[in-house]
Amino acid sequence: MFLRTVWLVTRKDLLIEIRSREIIYTTLFFAVSCVLVFAFGFVRDGRPVEDAAAGILWIAIAFSGTLALGRAFERERQSETLRALMMAPVDRPALYVGKLIGVLLLLAVVEAIVVPLVALMFQAPMFAHPVLMAGLLASGTIGFAAVGTLFAAMLVRARSRDVLLPILLYPITIPVIIGGVRGTAALLQTDVDLPIATAWLSMLVFFDVVFITLALWTFEPSMTE
Amino acid sequence: MSKRMHRMIQTMLMTAGLLVSLAVAPSLAMTQQPPEPPAGFVPADSVPAREQLPAAPLVIAAYAVAWVLVFGYLWSIWNRLGRVERELADVTRRVAAGGRR
Amino acid sequence: MKKLFAPAVVVLAAMFAYAPLAIHRAPYESTMGLVQKIFYFHVPSWIVMFTSAFVCGIASAILLFSGRKSADRVAAAAAELTVLFGTIGLLTGPLWGRKAWGVWWQWDARLTSALVMWLIFVAYLLLRKYGGAGSEKLSAVVALFGMANVPFVYWSVNMWRTVHPKTTVIMTLQPEMGRPFLLCALAFTGLYVLLLAARVRLENRRAELDDLFLAIED
Repeated sequence: MFLRTVWLVTRKDLLIEIRSREIIYTTLFFAVSCVLVFAFGFVRDGRPVEDAAAGILWIAIAFSGTLALGRAFERERQSETLRALMMAPVDRPALYVGKLIGVLLLLAVVEAIVVPLVALMFQAPMFAHPVLMAGLLASGTIGFAAVGTLFAAMLVRARSRDVLLPILLYPITIPVIIGGVRGTAALLQTDVDLPIATAWLSMLVFFDVVFITLALWTFEPSMTE
Repeated sequence: MSKRMHRMIQTMLMTAGLLVSLAVAPSLAMTQQPPEPPAGFVPADSVPAREQLPAAPLVIAAYAVAWVLVFGYLWSIWNRLGRVERELADVTRRVAAGGRR
Repeated sequence: MKKLFAPAVVVLAAMFAYAPLAIHRAPYESTMGLVQKIFYFHVPSWIVMFTSAFVCGIASAILLFSGRKSADRVAAAAAELTVLFGTIGLLTGPLWGRKAWGVWWQWDARLTSALVMWLIFVAYLLLRKYGGAGSEKLSAVVALFGMANVPFVYWSVNMWRTVHPKTTVIMTLQPEMGRPFLLCALAFTGLYVLLLAARVRLENRRAELDDLFLAIED
């Protein structure tokens, strides 16, 4: 029952997105613009600073992720569908997981475009250690999206929700961003530091476990009156 | 003189002041250049006293920060509580005087 | 409980009056000298900040899972105090570090994680102020994430190589330093309890006012 609910919610989001493609196009464009703005912002001798690749990648993920979360739940708010979902006789945590997987799929598509873009612009060897790099990206994105989905859902009925989402999200996910950046940087530097990258990967997995546990635990009481 | 004239003169004076300070600031900064750094390694103890940080202002500032913040917060609670108590007294009085409306 | 308030204030005032004397009498630390004496206020304010974060988190959990309004009032009060004592810690630390380490700030594990935890509780206060109706439960969730940070911040010095001293320092203090430190720690804890009581009283009175307005509207 739990998994079926998760699948139904995810499928609903995917169907809507495939038909309108609104969030994916706008988020993708925003992520690419983000990378460009930061690449032109950090310039030395007229060329982008190469060490900044890891940081710029994760900033782009964080900013475009925030945007995507806001848009995804704005859609729910406009049609009062979130309220309808909450009234359905299903496990609340299943709703949360369903929304989370939808957001993760969206961010995966965005990252599939942005990572090669960053590799190209900064001549960064993003694909030298593909498994470790994919692991870092996956665990970092999961950590960020787990907290983001929880707060975006909570804020649907709050005032000033557009500015409050980043205010709440960024301090809590700073450790995840730090882990992602440091792990990625360790893989991109000239003498690749695999033990450090692996250490940060395990740190990210730890954060993911803590955040998802907290989110599953608090989703229902925070959404209900 | 008219109000418009007054405001124009105010604006001109402020702009002039801003431009003068912008011109003066860099020259002020340059006069405070630190002395030439010594060549080679010098252990911290043997750096001349002029270059060592005095600890006393830092310690005093630290304790001052703690006291100012604590008392500031106490004052803030006191103010807010006073406001709420006044409003409570006011509303209770109105209810007692007018009965249930 | 109310009758204890006045004597408690007197005792606390006496402790804080004696503290400068005790701190002055404490021996100088060998490498840092006078500036190390900031320690007697810096560490207790962080101890209180962590305690307050726990109080806020536990009250928030009680609010979320049992809906008790009184828990919400304690959580709101504790969050303000967390930010207050965190601010004291974040200002006294760099003042000490400027002389001891030569820099105002370092992005090491302890300082960064402590700053992040402080930011989380500032976000809590912003949410409560500007989130509109129903922000009590939302901020309770934020407080839980903040509380989860406390063990991380505490053990960060032991897990990573940081410029900040390790947690073992407190345990291995010599008695001439340990006694004034204990005095300051107890004084700060007492101060926290009194401030919390005062702030919760403010929340209670506000709630009474709200109830009164609601009763009038009938």
